[in-house]
Amino acid sequence: MTLGSIRHEIVINRPAADVWKLAGDPARLHEWFPGITGLTLDGNRRTITVAGGLTMPEDIVINDPSARRFEYSITLPIFTFHRGMIDVIELDPDRCLVVYSTEADPRTMALVISGGCYRALQELKRQMEAPIEETVA
Amino acid sequence: MPRKILFITTDQQRYDTLGCNGGQVARTPVADRLAAEGIRYERAVPQSVVCMPSRSTIITGQHPSTHGVWMNGVPLAVDAPSVAQVLHDAGVKTALIGKPHFEPFLDPFAAFAENRFADGEPVNGHRGFDHFEAATHGVAGNLAYARWMQKNHPEAMGGFYPVLDGALEVNAMGGGETGMPQLWTNPIPKEWYHTDWCADRTISWLDTLGNDDDFFCWLSFPDPHHPQDVPASELGRINWRDVELPAGYIADQARREAVLDAKPAHWRAWYDGRLVSNYEAPANWVPATLTEDQIREFTAYNAIACELIDEAIGRVIAHLEARGIADDVDIFFSTDHGDLGGDFGLAFKGPYHVDGLMRLPLIWRPAKHRAITPATVSAPVGLVDLAPTFCQVAGLDAPSWMEGSSLPVSDDDAAARGFERVLTEWDSNLFGVEVHLRTITRDNWVCTTYLRGTTSDGTDGELYNLAEDPLQQVNLWNDPSAAAMRSDLIDDLWAHQPVQQLPLATLVAPV
Repeated sequence: MTLGSIRHEIVINRPAADVWKLAGDPARLHEWFPGITGLTLDGNRRTITVAGGLTMPEDIVINDPSARRFEYSITLPIFTFHRGMIDVIELDPDRCLVVYSTEADPRTMALVISGGCYRALQELKRQMEAPIEETVA
Repeated sequence: MPRKILFITTDQQRYDTLGCNGGQVARTPVADRLAAEGIRYERAVPQSVVCMPSRSTIITGQHPSTHGVWMNGVPLAVDAPSVAQVLHDAGVKTALIGKPHFEPFLDPFAAFAENRFADGEPVNGHRGFDHFEAATHGVAGNLAYARWMQKNHPEAMGGFYPVLDGALEVNAMGGGETGMPQLWTNPIPKEWYHTDWCADRTISWLDTLGNDDDFFCWLSFPDPHHPQDVPASELGRINWRDVELPAGYIADQARREAVLDAKPAHWRAWYDGRLVSNYEAPANWVPATLTEDQIREFTAYNAIACELIDEAIGRVIAHLEARGIADDVDIFFSTDHGDLGGDFGLAFKGPYHVDGLMRLPLIWRPAKHRAITPATVSAPVGLVDLAPTFCQVAGLDAPSWMEGSSLPVSDDDAAARGFERVLTEWDSNLFGVEVHLRTITRDNWVCTTYLRGTTSDGTDGELYNLAEDPLQQVNLWNDPSAAAMRSDLIDDLWAHQPVQQLPLATLVAPV
């Protein structure tokens, strides 16, 4: 079987730099990814805990603020391979496209994980486009 | 007038598993009695042959194109219309006990409410239900049955078949004496198995009600959906070696494969193991390897599951009788879709709109005060007609968003109210493999037109004359003598097909 490969994308009406500030910060994933209840960061090792109770260790593979690309790999034994990629692409000075891609073996895990990524993009957009007062609050 | 509705569903149950429908393997005296006292439908058709879209049709009274749940893994919108909400708003107490599956089950982020209630989140009238106790096939997931097993019988949890393998694919591991995939010997005592648990919890909820309370209780058994892992203590009920092969099984391999070859390409491609189009059957299983003994053993286990359900229903009804309210209850029995069960040398389910998956058991035993004469209805009806029927039973007008009509009580009633056709849809798009079908059942014909997909250029299809070919073994799609009928059916299909809501909702889980 081939890898599972799923891509979700969303246009956010905020400058790419603003979005990257949140989406590209490995320590802030739990702020915009629904269902992540805990996060620790130790160098390039990040560990998240999800609402279902599972703890997922991750290796950060790429964190490139110039290209605005963040890439990580879940290292749970159930994965033979996993790669999660977040790209923040400027569309114009006030808008950007955020692409969240998941590749995995076993392929079904790509679908399981990417469902969370889809909801995360919606939440990221909600937060980034919220009025300033709500963002501050 | 009392407004008491006991709505019983099973999961993936074939029409021919009930004695009243001609079944010869399972003994189902309770369902048979309900049918004798009520209305038995001979051509009840789902609007989708997989769980989530079909269950979403039941609760919304809408076709998949309208409610938007086009495949397992697509959640029904939280604010989608719900017949339970309509009934609740009219003062009817509402409960769902057993398998809901309006929302994905594989949910590590606990994104969906169904997967959070067992851990204490208040139900708060979710989809119109006052009470919600969920179960599925086994003890996986954050559902009430799994929690009950963890608390009370943890030693028995390991006896269930692992529905998914290590790669989270539907497991192809074989069991029993024949190595049939998804078949297993489960040492769990019958009393702890989810079938009895669902009945027990239903009785417990009914006991919270007064005799004058109106209620809508959806008792939703997870069985006889695979895995076939009924309690080992019950296996002596049926000796699988004595089981007859299903009428739809074609013993001669050359003829079987010729029949498959006359259908659109994805039939034979799946049979040969060259194409897995969806998540509804073991990904690493090749149907062509299915043996006659495997079909016999599968049929026996499946029939035992049906017998256990029948007995569990009998306990619930006996409880209502003991309370003196059984005659006041409208009892419905159906399922969400069928199982190929050995027909054409195939099992489980997929994009195959034939009787194994499409012809469903459906019984309505009306409350006595309705004075409805027992009948058999041969006109086609759909699961989409259930929600309006529940409204009618409750003395309510069906909301305009419901797309069906209240079930006919006789063929004359069906003719008078225009029960002519039923529509069924399939849309799947999994890891680059797409299948899209639209089907009409009308005038004893079944016609499926294919939209462009991985193995179809959008010009092929299936056409069966149910009167002359009840096993759907002769595809008349390209038969010139049936061209006029084919054209008429397709025109009729598209004239009545709801407009699909686009863009399609996002697939967020495999199941």
